[in-house]
Amino acid sequence: MELSLSTRTVAGHRVLEVSGEIDVYTAPQLRERLIALVEDGARKVVVDLSRVEFLDSTGLGVLVGALKRLRGVNGDLALVCAQERLLKIFRITGLDRVFTICESVDAATSDGNSGPGAPAGAAG
Amino acid sequence: MPTVRLSFTPAPAHVRTARLVGVAVARKAGVSADLFDEIRLAVGEACSRAVALHRRHGLPDLVDVLLEDDGDFTIRVTDRAPIDAALGPALPDLLDPVALLDQSPPLTSHNVTPGDAAGAEAASEEAVAVNMRLALLAGLVDEISVRPADDGPGTEVRMTWPAASGRNGAGRP
Repeated sequence: MELSLSTRTVAGHRVLEVSGEIDVYTAPQLRERLIALVEDGARKVVVDLSRVEFLDSTGLGVLVGALKRLRGVNGDLALVCAQERLLKIFRITGLDRVFTICESVDAATSDGNSGPGAPAGAAG
Repeated sequence: MPTVRLSFTPAPAHVRTARLVGVAVARKAGVSADLFDEIRLAVGEACSRAVALHRRHGLPDLVDVLLEDDGDFTIRVTDRAPIDAALGPALPDLLDPVALLDQSPPLTSHNVTPGDAAGAEAASEEAVAVNMRLALLAGLVDEISVRPADDGPGTEVRMTWPAASGRNGAGRP
């Protein structure tokens, strides 16, 4: 299954829902969409990974890139993920300390979502 | 004795095929279903690495994947990139992931064009991916080695998992 991307707005956040497999082949599509969101003015971005069946290192690189890009414009990125097999990937790579990972879109878009995964002041 | 051999042109689209084949052959070999997610990811990472090396060096050569069911289940992914180049990215120092956020893109001079800046960003993301790839392979696969290919240039990533219990004697801890 390839990648499917759709965007909506929830409580002032741009929510990008991703379905399918994020890998070395499909990651460029995700990258382009995330860049377009920021260029269109989005600053609070949530990437919903609930329907993602596979995520590899290339996808992680794209997500880190998006976080850096948003922090660079005083924005922020949160991820929605409750699947253990994806959470394991974030743990193994240590990226669970880099990203704010929420269990639901509601949690990610409510105020004060900067959980323990969000290093304060990293926008520097 | 090789069970299945797969060779593919170094295109990202074929990495998914290699993942599917890896899991299918593992299932056939009697590998525990608990390990399928791990095998899927590990095969993908090893093949992505090979594809990236071939593309960086403009090599049209095929990437080879050898899947053997010989008591244990072994997957060997072989690239044909110059050995120094291949071993460098295979074994970088692992960065603290939090530090990744502070890294500047490699090209941030005063008069970069938007195209250059985008290229620098992409290069920076690729550098992150290389780090994450190593972390995933090291974290997921208990038995893994990266060594020079037996024949010609290139490196071989070799990964082993226990196959059907009982066929290779006692199970592993």
